[in-house]
Amino acid sequence: MQMNMVSALNSALDAILKENENAVVLGEDVGTDGGVFRVTDGLRSKYGEKRVIDTPLAESVIIGSSIGMAMCGMLPIAEIQFAGFMYMGFDELINHAARYRSRSRSTFTVPMIVRTPVSGGVRTLEHHSDSPEVYYSHVGGLIVVEPSSPYDAKGLLIKASRMKDPVIFLEPTKLYRLFKQEVPEEPYEVEIGKASKVSEGDDLAIITYGTMVPVVKDVVAQKKVSAEVIDIRTINPLDEAAILEAAKKTGKVLIVHEAQLGFGAGAEIAARLAEKAIFDLDAPIMRVGSDSLPYPFPGYEQYYIPNALKISRAIDKLLSQ
Amino acid sequence: MIKRVFEGHVDYMQILDEKGNMDQSALPSGLGDDAILEMYRQMSFARALDAKALSLQRQGRAVTYAPLLGQEATQIGAALAMRKSDLFVPNFRQHGVFIARGVPLYNIFMFWRGFEEGNIISRELGVFPYIVPVSSQMPHAAGIAFAQKYKGADAAVVAFCGDGGTSEGDFYEALNFAGVFKLPLVAIIENNQWAISVPRKNQSAAETLAQKGIAAGVEVMQVDGNDVIAVYKAVGDAIGRAKAGTTLIECVTYRMSMHTTADDPTKYRPDAEVEAWKQRDPIARVGTYLRAKGLWDDQKEAGMQEGFKKTIDEGVEKAEQFKPDPKSMFDNVYSFMPQTLKDEYDEAVKEGFWQQQR
Repeated sequence: MQMNMVSALNSALDAILKENENAVVLGEDVGTDGGVFRVTDGLRSKYGEKRVIDTPLAESVIIGSSIGMAMCGMLPIAEIQFAGFMYMGFDELINHAARYRSRSRSTFTVPMIVRTPVSGGVRTLEHHSDSPEVYYSHVGGLIVVEPSSPYDAKGLLIKASRMKDPVIFLEPTKLYRLFKQEVPEEPYEVEIGKASKVSEGDDLAIITYGTMVPVVKDVVAQKKVSAEVIDIRTINPLDEAAILEAAKKTGKVLIVHEAQLGFGAGAEIAARLAEKAIFDLDAPIMRVGSDSLPYPFPGYEQYYIPNALKISRAIDKLLSQ
Repeated sequence: MIKRVFEGHVDYMQILDEKGNMDQSALPSGLGDDAILEMYRQMSFARALDAKALSLQRQGRAVTYAPLLGQEATQIGAALAMRKSDLFVPNFRQHGVFIARGVPLYNIFMFWRGFEEGNIISRELGVFPYIVPVSSQMPHAAGIAFAQKYKGADAAVVAFCGDGGTSEGDFYEALNFAGVFKLPLVAIIENNQWAISVPRKNQSAAETLAQKGIAAGVEVMQVDGNDVIAVYKAVGDAIGRAKAGTTLIECVTYRMSMHTTADDPTKYRPDAEVEAWKQRDPIARVGTYLRAKGLWDDQKEAGMQEGFKKTIDEGVEKAEQFKPDPKSMFDNVYSFMPQTLKDEYDEAVKEGFWQQQR
């Protein structure tokens, strides 16, 4: 069935609620309204208000209560309306969701999912366009996933629901309705912690994820370069093997993400490449990201998000080495 | 036009006063002498454990420790009011509740010796791990209560925070959430008058801390937190009506010792205040009551303390025999071992980074 990312996510949530009677969806406006992006549309009428729960407007208790539910055998799937509001619950994620397993040597575990829309490009107000993946990846104990296609979105969400870990599930707003693709109506899994090969190529490897995947694909197609494009899909834990393999195959690596360049996921990937593949490379590792400043108001975002030209120039520079 | 649309009030309860006089009319039915003796023993045990933990810390045999001295009635009263099916969510000071719920001393000493293994607590005991960031456990308690209601379990959740904890956003978010969903939650403010060096009056301009619950639409109560009978009754009543919703209970008590072993209370609080609270000791008043009834004497006291010492020393000895294995840090991050994490572990083993520590 042809689905965009919103309908694929909706289909995944439907499957999870059907499969696991202890699964609940909770958050602001997820019930009657079906979520501000309609990801939870129709779920309340199907599963009732006991399982699709409109909470008070309070991010810390949405996440904190989910932790409590998870420790008692439920599977809470919390929606935080925008990534920029998730910092209100940051303490609960970093101090608790990430740590209950280790602090209790796996006596108390927190199988839960926190979904939130991320990244920009859709002219939203301030705080609605952040790319926060690194904040949640740094602590350890959280899994951080970010799909770039409807197929991956559904399969990764279902996989997340069957794990015994807290999963931060980041959904690029820009990609919610950007394109449709064939998605099975039945439940299926996409492995977490495993990158996907978007295209095969020999001249360079491009490591990317999220909103930048379609942009990179377009640039590669237009430039007619032979690029091995890797969509890492899971930020933490990183599929290091896939990254090293692409680097060794091509000898040149460009990393592209929408999040700020400084201290971004690209820095982590580049460091691992430098340590483990430097002698297989014949050019410096390059990175493209947003400029290292707070996400601007929508009037400026076209100057901020990495565009095709910026990526194209990086490819030219890398191939000229 | 102005009309009054809301009025609230907070009731205060005391049953056993500081001189050992019992308000027999308020004594919970079924609370006989044996039960009161048990309260006395449990409070005394909590105090003995506390003294030992403090001494271990002073000898460098425990990490920073948060004493409970003076707060035994609040903790034991609440713990003994709980049914087996009820669940307990602490902050970091409720060692008294832990022992009354049957958490082995080994676990408590392991925690205060700095090992996560202390939190390997049998789920059968209905006790959740110590939580350090102030009031951040209250949202968990709300979620745990939500799960009980969701599953139709006959269980209430009893959660503790301190007077300082009521200033945190999480305190209010959790109560508000519990109020909306009418959760079976009994939130207890263990108001010991001091948040490290900041006194109660500088923590909030509210006349009582219990009244903060009124804003969340939950039942509220203030009790003499040094009166184990009143705490027992207030918590028992709240558990009894937990299926109908949440109760916030402020237990007015006093921290006779330091916040933790890392601070010196003589620097920030007047001796006279401490002296005044000594007269309101939670254990002494039960002792006075029991002795007046001929149920307790010096000989029984000595025998009990001797038994405590033996039990406590055994717990300490077991905890001190523990040898940490750094592999347990790696094995308990995820439900699986990511390759990148395994690589870090393998390197440490191969290079022998931990040899010196062992």
